[in-house]
Amino acid sequence: IRLMYYEKRVDSRTIYVGHRPCPDTEAFIPSKFCDNRIVSSKYTVWNFLPKNLFEQFRRIANFYFLIIFLVQVIVDTPTSPVTSGLPLFFVITVTAIKQGYEDWLRHKADNEVNKYPVTVLEDGRSVKKESEKIKVGDVVEVVEDETFPCDLILLQSSREDGTCFVTTASLDGESNHKTHYTVPDTEKDLQALPATIECEQPQPDLYKHYLAFLSLGPENLLLKGATLKNTKKIYGVAVYTGMETKMALNYQGKSQKRSAVEKSINAFLLVYLCILISKAVVCTTLKYVWQSKEGQDEPWYNQKTQKEKDTNMYLKMFTDFLSFMVLFNFIIPVSMYVTVEMQKFLGSFFITWDKDFFDPEIQEGALVNTSDLNEELGQVEYVFTDKTGTLTQNNMEFIECCIDGFQYKHRDTRSELDGFTVTDGPVNKLQQKKEELFLRALCLCHTVQVKEAGSEVLADQVDGIDGLLLPQPEEERGFIASSPDEIALVRGAMEYGFTFLGLESKSMKIKNRENNIEEYKLLHVLNFDPVRRRMSVIVQTKSGETLLFCKGADSSIFPRVRPEEVDRIRMHVERNATEGYRTLCVAYKQLSAEEYAVADTGLREARLALQDREQKLMAMYNQVETGMSLIGATAVEDRLQEEAAETMEALQGAGMKVWVLTGDKMETAKSTCYACRLFQRGTELLELTVRTLEDGRLKREEKLLELLRDYHRRAVQDAPPVKAGVTRSWSTANQDYGFIIDGATLSLVMNPPREADASQYRSLFLQICQNCTAVLCCRMAPLQKAQIVKMVKNSKGSPITLSIGDGANDVSMILEAHVGIGIKGKEGRQAVRNSDYAIPKLKHLKKLLLAHGHLYYVRIAHLVQYFFYKNLCFILPQFLYQFFCGYSQQPLYDAAYLTMYNICFTSMPILAYSLLEQHISMEILLDNAALYREIANNAMLRWRPFLYWTVLGIFQGLLFFFGVRFLFSNPALQDNGQVFGNWSYGTIVFTVLVFTVTLKLALDTRHWTWINHFVIWGSLAFYVFFSFFWGGIIWPFLKQQRLYFVFANMLSSVSAWLVIIILILLSLLPEILLVVLRKPRGPHSRQVYLFLPFPF
Amino acid sequence: MMASSYSAKEEDGHHSGSAGLGGAAIRTRKPDNTAFKQQRLPAWQPILTAGTVLPAFFIIGLIFIPIGIGLYVTSNNIKEFEIDYTGTDMSSPCFNCSQSFSWNSTTPCKCVLFFSLDQPFESNVFMYYGLSNFYQNHRRYVKSRDDSQLNGDQRSLKEPSKECEPYRTNENKPIAPCGAIANSMFNDTLDLFYIDPNGTKTQILLIKKGIAWWTDKHVKFRNPGGSNPNLTAAFIETAKPVNWHKPVYELDIDSENNGFINEDFIVWMRTAALPTFRKLYRIIQKKNNMTPTLPRGSYSLEVTYNYPVRSFEGRKRMILSTISWMGGKNPFLGIAYITVGSICFFLGVVLLFIHHKYGNRNNSSDVPN
Repeated sequence: IRLMYYEKRVDSRTIYVGHRPCPDTEAFIPSKFCDNRIVSSKYTVWNFLPKNLFEQFRRIANFYFLIIFLVQVIVDTPTSPVTSGLPLFFVITVTAIKQGYEDWLRHKADNEVNKYPVTVLEDGRSVKKESEKIKVGDVVEVVEDETFPCDLILLQSSREDGTCFVTTASLDGESNHKTHYTVPDTEKDLQALPATIECEQPQPDLYKHYLAFLSLGPENLLLKGATLKNTKKIYGVAVYTGMETKMALNYQGKSQKRSAVEKSINAFLLVYLCILISKAVVCTTLKYVWQSKEGQDEPWYNQKTQKEKDTNMYLKMFTDFLSFMVLFNFIIPVSMYVTVEMQKFLGSFFITWDKDFFDPEIQEGALVNTSDLNEELGQVEYVFTDKTGTLTQNNMEFIECCIDGFQYKHRDTRSELDGFTVTDGPVNKLQQKKEELFLRALCLCHTVQVKEAGSEVLADQVDGIDGLLLPQPEEERGFIASSPDEIALVRGAMEYGFTFLGLESKSMKIKNRENNIEEYKLLHVLNFDPVRRRMSVIVQTKSGETLLFCKGADSSIFPRVRPEEVDRIRMHVERNATEGYRTLCVAYKQLSAEEYAVADTGLREARLALQDREQKLMAMYNQVETGMSLIGATAVEDRLQEEAAETMEALQGAGMKVWVLTGDKMETAKSTCYACRLFQRGTELLELTVRTLEDGRLKREEKLLELLRDYHRRAVQDAPPVKAGVTRSWSTANQDYGFIIDGATLSLVMNPPREADASQYRSLFLQICQNCTAVLCCRMAPLQKAQIVKMVKNSKGSPITLSIGDGANDVSMILEAHVGIGIKGKEGRQAVRNSDYAIPKLKHLKKLLLAHGHLYYVRIAHLVQYFFYKNLCFILPQFLYQFFCGYSQQPLYDAAYLTMYNICFTSMPILAYSLLEQHISMEILLDNAALYREIANNAMLRWRPFLYWTVLGIFQGLLFFFGVRFLFSNPALQDNGQVFGNWSYGTIVFTVLVFTVTLKLALDTRHWTWINHFVIWGSLAFYVFFSFFWGGIIWPFLKQQRLYFVFANMLSSVSAWLVIIILILLSLLPEILLVVLRKPRGPHSRQVYLFLPFPF
Repeated sequence: MMASSYSAKEEDGHHSGSAGLGGAAIRTRKPDNTAFKQQRLPAWQPILTAGTVLPAFFIIGLIFIPIGIGLYVTSNNIKEFEIDYTGTDMSSPCFNCSQSFSWNSTTPCKCVLFFSLDQPFESNVFMYYGLSNFYQNHRRYVKSRDDSQLNGDQRSLKEPSKECEPYRTNENKPIAPCGAIANSMFNDTLDLFYIDPNGTKTQILLIKKGIAWWTDKHVKFRNPGGSNPNLTAAFIETAKPVNWHKPVYELDIDSENNGFINEDFIVWMRTAALPTFRKLYRIIQKKNNMTPTLPRGSYSLEVTYNYPVRSFEGRKRMILSTISWMGGKNPFLGIAYITVGSICFFLGVVLLFIHHKYGNRNNSSDVPN
């Protein structure tokens, strides 16, 4: 048999089942496919070192330090290469170890997958093999509960009906069982099956399977990573292996997000680089000016070496410049990168550890997928949230339905099963028939599966979908579906007497009110998709009638039914929608045999199309789903998430603008917004929807422009001017505006018919939105959500955006926003997988942003500023010393101090601070959302605070140097008349420096845990201990013993003690003074005061 | 990236497996409720307020001002006498010596300076020589030494460090001690005479021990060959520094002060921090409690002028100074302490004023900003 439809194309592959040539094709050509090895690891043992080093030195900072190191090695520089080589080596090693470890984990994971034993049919025998040895074309045997080792075409199943059940929980989190079918007409004898399969080259899209087959579709393809369920054994032929499987193709990385703090760091780095270069230039220039004076360059006591004399003057100048660069290079600290990375990495654990994020229902806490964005959580200005599953629980309950214009209220269904008796319409024969048709439609038109009670299937599904599984005491019956709406509907129908019993061998069984089993043959399922917003089934009754049932959003159903039926139902739908229910309309159509034949072939052909399958299917669906008659509508309630309103209120109080982006209809979304208090009673709603654009006189575009201008006038121009510096207009005093736009109008705004208007529309739209408290975008396609996020993200001031969602349709906006948050909801794991942070519930967002985000931001901002500050006052004395040593690049500090300053003496306190600091306690942060606004717009890393820290660093550096300079105007500082030399000078300056910067941090610390105490006092003690140790021994293998007993001698001098004390005190005095002078005014500002350790 | 995805998968696998076995054995991933993990470690939360800082200011003021006054008085009580003997002036007795300096001259040039002390120096007097515009802290100079050679290492004696260039070898023999610092050792000889009112000159005993750091003298600097008293043999096959008149083993006749452990040499080897510096030269010890160490009157300083400074416009000084517990004369510390103490006290007063005037009013009027 040839299972394919032959059309030689470049981007398709031919697979010979069982590697047997097909009798009627040309000679068997064993084509080269990749083997079934999964390689997610980046390195091997051999290429780890070169590859990893190459990757690391691609980072600009590392490269800069490498250059400095090389300069030190090549040029005769003041400090030995060790001083910069050691920290660099340390950083590179730590990073390499971390990456190596991660890669080792990946290797382990790979091996686990690759070495997994599988059974392959070879020449009629079953052979055990390692998973990685599977070749394309192998026939693989998979037993129950095993995962598929590669992408397989299902050839044979142990089930009678040639189906098998599969769960893709590990691929997309959907734990429902999906039915897959064997290739029709395959003989039982797999050993001798000569067949070739032609399919497309691998595609990464998890939900598109372009399998070009005469009669094969996605339902025949079993994906690697999915698990076989409820089926004893299957045989399948490998079509995609190894890195070409869908799973592997999908794991290819997402783009990296960079935080605003990192941008600030880079800006500051640039400033410091300028300072560094200008220092080096100044020193080089002055050196040559100084040397030009007679006798200064080469006095008799200090002759140059022959080599120096021979060097070209300009080359000498250049190397002098490089030497100065090297001398001052510590101003840009290597260790800052390490500390920032460590802070982010370790800090993110606090999110995972937080027990407030633990949800007992799903037994899971928060998940951190990236630690790079911790501080960004404290900077969010726009929150884009999905509605269903995010604001609401996605826990659907059938509320009422409306059949043929009569409302059927469904009251307290649990206790009494007589819900249907409450009707407001006449109950006659005709009505009865309509009712039953409606309920049958509900029972048939879905993709729900029945959980087989009592079987072991139940047991292993419990953990995944227990949220959906409601206890059914009368009948042990559970439903599984990818959409909770469907379950609610099926369950609703059950309450009214029609029970869906399950799908077996393509036939659906329902039990009607008379407890008779009705059987329908399922012919086609026209799947739901968010663009079409409806789904249909085509079934055949026992009597041979072919029926099409369709359910979907009102907007997508109404145009496809007879208009006279619409009005009766529309009223109900709209009323339900305003009450916040999700509404669906149900329609049906009877297909004649000819009609069905046309539809059947059309659908089959479209499904097998090699090209543009999507479009063809869509066209076919649209063609089939016409001319239906409307039966009724349903209303399903989706309850709000716990504390949704409180959370939204807190976010708005924190100055964030909340935009709701939903695919739902406007009325439903609007009522949810009211329920969440996003819109309040006083909020003036500005609507921009298809309905408001309907105007007899004007064209849609003109009306749109008119409305935009009108809204712009109201929301932007007439609004009282916001205070300078406060860009957020949130205030209780002002008139609040809410803005509503729908998908169709949005696409008109984004892509107007005339391209020229685009920018005008967009800027008007954006300005309106920015002045509104809340914005609701309804009827959004997933891509439109991302479009909106992108538009806001790129608007003026590039505000920080956050997207939160739970479903696959939110992935695009989660990826687009600066911070993407996934909710571990019911719609699978796609959102969680693509998010940066995942939380179990919406209510956790409040703590995540207001407490964790705020603290992380303050911590990291302080960390960055402090690092620049401490290195500025470290290097400034060394710079000033050049003026006193003939610009000879003589270092002020000993090499050990130069090296250890950033690594040991001052690194731990700031790391502890940046992990533990809580300048305001979490409770206060959560209670006063407004505190979040104090750090808005990167407040602590703007130029003003940066200038403040820089000035502080310069002040202290000057003080350290000149304080000791005046002391050394008489270097006889000991009571025995002996004198101190240059190393004593440097050691005194360094001691003052270490103590001052550590105490400065101690002053900034508002939250002293024992760790802070330990680390701060420990660092100082370590410094003293180290200095004694370093100066206490004549070090072998060291060329110079510069510091021998220098520290001890320094401590024996009273003057040195006195100068150290007074300099430390004097450097910290302005700081203390400022803190006191900025004494708060009133209790409210007290909290604000508490929070900033420095003024603006 | 992929690792995390895989681990997620593992969890799923584990999950369903355990559920399949018993259903109840679901591993709970509830975070530990420890103070550290929940960021609830007990913490001390100090807040700097006027209430805490004000007393601190006053206390600092009250402590620092007396210390400052004490320091200032101590520094003022230190007697110091300084005389410049460079001989740049025509009128200076050392003018001739400074002008006619030549490296090759074998006969030392001597000059005598007369001075008088207005006040007697009561306690031990320390004699310093001071140099100006002499860059002992120049990088090329600072590193031009070999500490292991100075520590008595035989290998370094024969093979001095490269850092010593161009003072490493002379006529193919290693220089001991090598390097620019050693080579430029200060070699003026200063002798001090007291001139009685009746005109008789008495030489004042200058002690040359105890001028170097104890650790330098006893640990850091060692002669090669250990305790072998025959230094000449120890330094055989080495050359003297180019500018020296005598080899290193002839610096002193006292074997405890000869060779590398010569204290003058050790003092010189501790490079000064600034281009204007002083180094301890000799100590004049107090004889008894009755007479001052240096009584009021006339003195003469006899200089054996060996050290040229004219070429780099340097200056040479001789300093006589008494010493207090805080070292030599330096009013800086006293002034600094008095100033800082006063500032703190003043700030304390101002803050108290502000606190009193505005502090109370603000408590009643809560105007949120």
